[in-house]
Amino acid sequence: MSIDISQFLDTFYEESFEGLDTMETELLGLNPGEADVESINTIFRAAHSIKGGSGTFGLMNVADFTHVLETLLDEMRDGRRDVTQLAVDLMLASVDVLREMLTALRSSEEVDVVRVTEIHDQLETLLKGDAPSVEDVAVETPVKASPSIVGWNVSFKPLSHLFKTGNDPVRIIKELSELGSIKANVDLSAVPEFDLLDPEECCLSWQIELSGGATEEQVRDVFAWVDEDCELIIDAITSETILEPETLKVVPVPDARDEAVPLEPETPVITPVAETKPVKVVAKKSVAVAAKNPHAAESGSIRVGIDKIDALINMVGELVITQSMLNQLGEDFTMDKVQRLQEGLDELEQHTRELQENVMQIRMLPISFSFNRFPRLVHDLSSKLNKKIELKMSGENTELDKTVMEKIGDPLVHLVRNSLDHGIELPEERVEKGKPETGVLHLNAYHQGGNIVIEINDDGAGLNIDRIREKAIEKGIIGENDSLSDEKVHELIFAPGFSTAEVVSDVSGRGVGMDVVKRNIRDLGGIVEVKSKKDVGSTFTIRLPLTLAILDGQLVRLGDETYIIPLVSIIESLQIKAGNVNSIAGGAELYKLREEYLPIIRLHDVFEITPVNTELINGLLVVVEGDGKQAGIFVDDLLGQQQVVIKSLETNYRKVDGVSGATILGDGTVALILDVAGLVALSRERVKILRNQAAVA
Amino acid sequence: MNMIQGLENNTLAENSEGNQYLTFLLAGEEYGVDILRVQEIKGWDHVTMIPNTPDYIKGVINLRGTIVPIIDLRERFSLETIPYGITTVVIVLRVNSDNGSRIMGIVVDAVSEVYNISDDSMKQAPDFGQAISTDFVMGLGTVDDKMIIVLDIDHLLNSSVLKKISDQGDINS
Repeated sequence: MSIDISQFLDTFYEESFEGLDTMETELLGLNPGEADVESINTIFRAAHSIKGGSGTFGLMNVADFTHVLETLLDEMRDGRRDVTQLAVDLMLASVDVLREMLTALRSSEEVDVVRVTEIHDQLETLLKGDAPSVEDVAVETPVKASPSIVGWNVSFKPLSHLFKTGNDPVRIIKELSELGSIKANVDLSAVPEFDLLDPEECCLSWQIELSGGATEEQVRDVFAWVDEDCELIIDAITSETILEPETLKVVPVPDARDEAVPLEPETPVITPVAETKPVKVVAKKSVAVAAKNPHAAESGSIRVGIDKIDALINMVGELVITQSMLNQLGEDFTMDKVQRLQEGLDELEQHTRELQENVMQIRMLPISFSFNRFPRLVHDLSSKLNKKIELKMSGENTELDKTVMEKIGDPLVHLVRNSLDHGIELPEERVEKGKPETGVLHLNAYHQGGNIVIEINDDGAGLNIDRIREKAIEKGIIGENDSLSDEKVHELIFAPGFSTAEVVSDVSGRGVGMDVVKRNIRDLGGIVEVKSKKDVGSTFTIRLPLTLAILDGQLVRLGDETYIIPLVSIIESLQIKAGNVNSIAGGAELYKLREEYLPIIRLHDVFEITPVNTELINGLLVVVEGDGKQAGIFVDDLLGQQQVVIKSLETNYRKVDGVSGATILGDGTVALILDVAGLVALSRERVKILRNQAAVA
Repeated sequence: MNMIQGLENNTLAENSEGNQYLTFLLAGEEYGVDILRVQEIKGWDHVTMIPNTPDYIKGVINLRGTIVPIIDLRERFSLETIPYGITTVVIVLRVNSDNGSRIMGIVVDAVSEVYNISDDSMKQAPDFGQAISTDFVMGLGTVDDKMIIVLDIDHLLNSSVLKKISDQGDINS
């Protein structure tokens, strides 16, 4: 019987990526010099499962790579090796390489062999060069030139229950044979008479002679799975004819572990310059990875807690009961049962809503999934930028929809990079300003109404208003004599093609950033704001809807059509007083609301439909806010409020300006959902066109 | 035995001979569309208007939970419009475009027949030089001495084409 293991491949990839995330988190938490054994164990376990899994699925390059990493971790775990910054950085780079390898393999792309080999060699160098003890070096270093150990004698005596643990000695021996040529002798002495033989017991044992350059680690590793189910003796076979160990000690072995400068001629010498190299590679590559990831994640799966599923099943049960109750009621319905029918329908409504909420809950994930990549980012960038930065995170358990989470990742990364690069100053500069040397970047998330709010706060230099102004004038975004409030100037950084970084670094500063950030967030139905104070810091606030699938809408009537305005963008609705309406030349109408003047958007004009009434007094004004700007939408009537399921117009048609989607109302007809920000822009365009036409006439 | 084989050959030949087309009437002419593309045929009903779209886009309807745009083919071909009557129907079609398939509906005067038209008998359409660009016509088929204009709906109903035409419309007006 053979099992098609390929069906588990996806699970393997998912678990491996999770394992890599764990490794990354733990590695970042490691303090060089005083490593926590528990963390190292966690990292080791993650690496070990990836290695085991990749071996099972025949991904030998991954298995080989992880093996080296695992060996390194094993030495650290046993206290035979100190945890140095270099080792941690290298392991972080290895995590990246593994992630790239797995990503490439998953999408059947080519693995970047050069890069893999580069890191692999660095790991090997570290393993050999920064060796724990002189003897080991003596064993390891001369392997190529003059092996003092030519092989191993392995006595492998499985305990009788070996088969029951699912292990097969044949496989183990096969694996061993990959390390070199083997000669194996089977000891049959323990085998009982044939009629006494229990086929489920292992009665064999082996004497295996392995020749070749394998290390003891490698040999032991083959038996890792059966460690506790056998008696294992491994002896080295040394060749007395070749060099004496004493002479080997002459090979100069550096003692300086922290610098890790192996002087072996055949291995690349790591100079202090090289020390920063892996970090650089990491930073550059992680961008590429981040860019590729969403593609792979698109069709991913979600892990859902059993309790959530149980709650759903309970609810479906109740729904079925209500349904059968209603069924029974409907079979012989008389008017005197109306009361019970009403009750039944109420119950149905309640259950449906609960069910809906719970299904939405399943799609909700804590934002820590998104936040988790930032410790790494901050760690890499701060060393690259020579800045001291402390990352604080709060509200990691705030939940939001998986789709929203996937799409908010890149904008968040961009904002964080931006804060690190432009916001927080160099340590010297900070000291001069009387601030602590270490800058603080604070990521915070919380729920507010139907929104999730994400704040990115730094205590850096703040936005430089003068420079932003200069730049905006230079780029022609604003006129030279425009007087703008500070807030307006801050908003300019979201304008397309705007970047004030004096030097375009590869961290940020290509000027394609902030407007893309803003657009991405707007596409999600959210907004981004910035508050900044010179030398105190900046705060970017992102407000997003919790989910993309359902929204609370206000139904409005306009002529014969029904439209839906998202409730979140409505500030208030009011009866129009004729005295408050002002017209200005060029066709724009303003409504005086308290001390503010709001532009009035006549929806029928913008949408070019025949209105039933054009008199403002006969209608209502819905005051909305979109894109930070307020406006009043003139409608005929307000209908009801209800939750609506968003349906895309783009599936079968295309994007329509001023409309964010459609929904199906209770009577089966389609109603369009208004995109308030788009509508404001659309109406402004219209006024402009009108004005131009007027000017021409 | 021979007869059965002969029959089989016959049916096979018939199947391979041509495709089935659903034909419909539009201003006295008979048009055809590949029947495999037809999702359903339904009567004209209320549509929800979409703002700022060309006139021939009547609006959208709810087709079992998906939003489907409806196009008036008379207006699309710049033919004289007539009030919708009892024979007016919406043919819901699956349209293939570069980014997957879309569902769209066309409003026509009436549905007519289903015909087999062999590829051989399909003639290249001459250049009309008017409203119906030859791009939208796959060919002209002949059934019982009647001409059937077989439409290339992928081309006709592709959204990018829709957009282009709407831009042209603006220029013309």
